[in-house]
Amino acid sequence: MHDMTLTELARALEAGEFTSRQLTESLLARIERFDGELNSFISVTAEQALAAADAADAARARGEAGPLTGLPLALKDIFCTQDVKTSCGSKMLDNFIAPYDAHVVEKLKHAGTVSLGKTNMDEFAMGSSNENSHYGPVKNPWDLTAVPGGSSGGSAAAVAAGLVPAALGTDTGGSIRQPAAFCGITGLKPTYGRVSRYGMVAYASSLDQAGPMARTAEDCALLLSAIAGHDLRDSTSVARGVPDYRAELGASLSGLRIGLPKEYFGDGLDPEVETAIREAVKVYESLGATVQEVSLPHTHHAIPAYYVIAPAEASSNLSRYDGVRFGHRCNAPADLEDLYKRSRAEGFGDEVKRRILIGTHTLSEGFFDAYYKKAQQVRRLIRQDFMDAFEEVDVLMGPSTPTPAFDLGANKDPVSMYLQDIYTIAINLAGIPGISVPAGTVNGRPVGLQILGPHFAETQLLNVAHQFQQVTDWHQQRPAFGKENA
Amino acid sequence: MALEPKDVRRAAHLARLGLDETDADRYVDDLTRILEMADHLQTVNTDGVAPLAHPLDATQRLRADEVTETDQRERFQRNAPAVENGLYLVPRVVE
Repeated sequence: MHDMTLTELARALEAGEFTSRQLTESLLARIERFDGELNSFISVTAEQALAAADAADAARARGEAGPLTGLPLALKDIFCTQDVKTSCGSKMLDNFIAPYDAHVVEKLKHAGTVSLGKTNMDEFAMGSSNENSHYGPVKNPWDLTAVPGGSSGGSAAAVAAGLVPAALGTDTGGSIRQPAAFCGITGLKPTYGRVSRYGMVAYASSLDQAGPMARTAEDCALLLSAIAGHDLRDSTSVARGVPDYRAELGASLSGLRIGLPKEYFGDGLDPEVETAIREAVKVYESLGATVQEVSLPHTHHAIPAYYVIAPAEASSNLSRYDGVRFGHRCNAPADLEDLYKRSRAEGFGDEVKRRILIGTHTLSEGFFDAYYKKAQQVRRLIRQDFMDAFEEVDVLMGPSTPTPAFDLGANKDPVSMYLQDIYTIAINLAGIPGISVPAGTVNGRPVGLQILGPHFAETQLLNVAHQFQQVTDWHQQRPAFGKENA
Repeated sequence: MALEPKDVRRAAHLARLGLDETDADRYVDDLTRILEMADHLQTVNTDGVAPLAHPLDATQRLRADEVTETDQRERFQRNAPAVENGLYLVPRVVE
């Protein structure tokens, strides 16, 4: 069972091959057996999961099952989940029991899914390796000496190891696509505003977006239809109908115009990753697509712009952690200022502090125009690059990451870690959707192909990814770790 | 732009983030390198380019000024470190 996709599991549940309770028990046993080593979960909610599975089985018996009824999944620990610890990977929220459900959690519960628990992540989603978690690093199931990527590293590793068929992640600068690439799974960052951010712990509000991580594009389509849609509680949620993304899969790619941004194939790209990506592009040509080179001239300004804008928004968002209303509070504060300063010093980890300090500095008097305003101007130019490219081509393709997963502990310097996000970060600045699909391995570590489209082109992106998965089997390969049964 | 320890201490104070002297020294290096990276933005010509705050250029939606939330104070205060009679407790502010 643990090898099956959501789509296959839905069919098996419908056919009565097993119940949701049996499926849930079997996956919980796998988590018990394998997650001690992997560390992909912060909380396993076995009791709630079994109750939800029983409810799903009962609904099916009454003839009330929908497309997602009884399907297990996991939630990145950034999504508020009523009466369950929601830590965001931070000591600051280690004692926080969410009093309400995030919009997406509410929708998934309503659809009859079974959440197995909350997955590990970089603290407040700040990181590209999952090494910034208060709960310790997650390991990559393809190679336990490698990072799974971040910040949604727990979600990616859990899916790759067959502990759960799908999970939700969030992506502010690549946090769904990069771990999906490193762990050999499929991950979609939707258009900004496509999925409500209500109840998702905020990092950088103009960039944050939730999305599905699964084994196939088809499963991502199934989940996106369930979580997308307008929500009045998020003022940036877009009022626009949600298609049945899965029903839209199947269109021929004949005549599809693919653009390869030349800046995504330059210095710093591992030559073996490049070979894998160029092979994948050839597969598309064999499916009838045409390929041309395009340019995104401001690509190299995306990382500097991001590391001004995201920390600025973070410094503002994280000011809510004051030791007064919820979260960590220091012992015996001398006065109110001491309460704020010590609670925050004790509750936040290093990378979060760095970003709060950078953001506070660049927003402060005398620096605002040179940094924040300038970065927002450059952000417009970056978005314009994409809009210009999409005048000429339907989708853009390139590597999701410059290298396969790097070793745990390999990137100690923050700036060298930031440079890992070179191909993913501009997409968040522009607000467009992007998907990473498995497209090969290098020395046993997976390579991800990134496919980008214009705003709200999820239908097309999912189909382009799905057609690739009809003629390749990279997405069906599994790591040796977790191969045996629990 | 190189930062001085006093810049880091100023930002830490503005952010109400406690830093001891060794922390401040350690962050000076990291933050300087991050800002040096950000300084590359100055090489981009942005004359006449409007700042982009929202990727879809959306404006803030307005709603009628009506009460829509119900009172859930007790429920929310279950996460508070210290409360009394429905109030959040902090060290004495007014003597």
